[in-house]
Amino acid sequence: MMGLSHNALWVLASMLMLGTAAGLAGCFAYWKRQSLMSDALAHAALPGVVIGFAILGFKSLPVMLLGAAASALLGAWAVTAIRAHSRVKEDTAMGIILSVFFGLGIMLLTMVNRMPGGGQSGLDGFIFGQAAAMVRQDMRTMTAVAAVVLLVVLISFKEWKLYLFDPAFARGIGLSGRLMEAAYLTLLVVIIVIGIQAVGVILMAALLIIPAVSARYWTNAFGTMLALSALFGGGAGVAGTYVSTLGDGWPTGPFIVIAAAGIFLLSLVFGTRKGLFVKAMQRRAQMRRLKPQAVRRDPLAEGEALP
Amino acid sequence: MSYDGWILLTASLVGLVCGLVGALLILRRMAMMADAISHSVLLGIVIAYLVTRELSGAHMLLGAAAAGLLTAVLVQWLHARGVQQEASIGIVFTTLFAIGVVLIATQVGNAHLDVQHALMGEITFIPWETTRVPGLGEIPESVLTLLIVLLVVGGLIAAFYKAWKITSFDPALAAALGIPVAFMHYLFMTMISVTAVAAFDAVGAVMVIAMLITPAAAAYLWTDRLSVMLLLSGLFGVLAAFAGYAAAWVLDTSISGSMAFATGVLFLISFLISPRHGLAARRLRAHAAAGRLKS
Repeated sequence: MMGLSHNALWVLASMLMLGTAAGLAGCFAYWKRQSLMSDALAHAALPGVVIGFAILGFKSLPVMLLGAAASALLGAWAVTAIRAHSRVKEDTAMGIILSVFFGLGIMLLTMVNRMPGGGQSGLDGFIFGQAAAMVRQDMRTMTAVAAVVLLVVLISFKEWKLYLFDPAFARGIGLSGRLMEAAYLTLLVVIIVIGIQAVGVILMAALLIIPAVSARYWTNAFGTMLALSALFGGGAGVAGTYVSTLGDGWPTGPFIVIAAAGIFLLSLVFGTRKGLFVKAMQRRAQMRRLKPQAVRRDPLAEGEALP
Repeated sequence: MSYDGWILLTASLVGLVCGLVGALLILRRMAMMADAISHSVLLGIVIAYLVTRELSGAHMLLGAAAAGLLTAVLVQWLHARGVQQEASIGIVFTTLFAIGVVLIATQVGNAHLDVQHALMGEITFIPWETTRVPGLGEIPESVLTLLIVLLVVGGLIAAFYKAWKITSFDPALAAALGIPVAFMHYLFMTMISVTAVAAFDAVGAVMVIAMLITPAAAAYLWTDRLSVMLLLSGLFGVLAAFAGYAAAWVLDTSISGSMAFATGVLFLISFLISPRHGLAARRLRAHAAAGRLKS
């Protein structure tokens, strides 16, 4: 990485922070079994980004992020409302919100791109992510927000653990379930919102899902899983971003996802807790232990004729 | 037929075929699987293009069917190895889609197949890419593909109607009756993939999901009968196609985006006022029940 410019180093550093924070938040989503909710939220953020741009008429990251957060939260609320007030199931509700909000986003995007000056808005970059298009100010925002997320997770580690694994007990000792739920949703939305500029709305969910699942193959301890997931997320962010800068106009998001998928494959095969390799070894050892004891043959099981 | 006529016909066919498949889809609780398949279909199309160097209907359908099946098999395989169903869907489709996008960005890079097209479809180009069919004359290639897919998918649903019904509502009973449940599952996955790729040209990867899920979910709120739901779902799909086209014409914006949004409006209306399962009806019934209890 000797030949990297000062700016490229900044991009890599902020992607490292983003990947780390996404890895942490992804663990929460994993244990809440809401991996795909993050996908729905990321898609639902698109109309907010475009409206944020349209209101101002120029690109201002804080306003666009605010719009993204508002529309992602509206999407989350709509999923809950559909599930609570009709017989439509949660997965269908997520599919509806994801695709309808995205459709609205594309409608608005097409209209904004026709506005004077809209063509150069760089809004298209929000779909697949364009880390190279970020300016220094954007990176500072991203890095600062990611740092806050890291801090929040570290400080309230015990509370998260209780909330995720024994919510009844957590309530019993006075930890407000509603507060934690709100904190969780805010965390998820914040990560998605700062990530979409670099990774894009379509593939943002992968940065939340894949590191957490990969980490699960190496450990059963929640703390270790968080640390590993953060490491994997950061690694995928940096590796993917670096590769995407090698070509002209290559989108960042897809390369990050492929890097994350590589980490996942390695974990799937070689993971020390649930990896395929370890499992196969365990099975062989077990077979060897059992063999001397396998004495009585069962005629029924072997399909022989009964006397 | 006129230019607008062809576009409306294409959009209506997309709405109809997606609506039919979508009704079974949401009853089988596979909405997110459709999300996954509609994304990974892109990889199938790109690979089919890289191998044959042409964008013809048959190759793309084959590639898409293969990619769809691969998604279904991979998700199942990961799930069997202890990954949560949701998470395995999330891993598989984002990875396959990312590979597809990267291949387009690095290998293809021509006017026929670009990332924009993959996402939003190119319904406005469809009337110009025609092919000659004996008896019908010059018709757009996409319309022909959609017609064939509609015939095949509609035929399969009609031919095995009872089997679809039983496997969707009570898989255990279906297995006990000797219906090949696993075969039906993968057949259905193939039907989703083929539908997704036929609609892909017109509406793109993400908006296919809207056309598949939302009209069906709206129909689900109006009826308890599968046959009625299938009809309503197809009808809602066509209705959304027309409404979306009109909205796009008025606002001068993306047709596929407007169609997806129109399905959402249809769903919202059904959610609020459907006499059977709508919000208003539920509230009224609850109110009446409370009144009866009081007196």
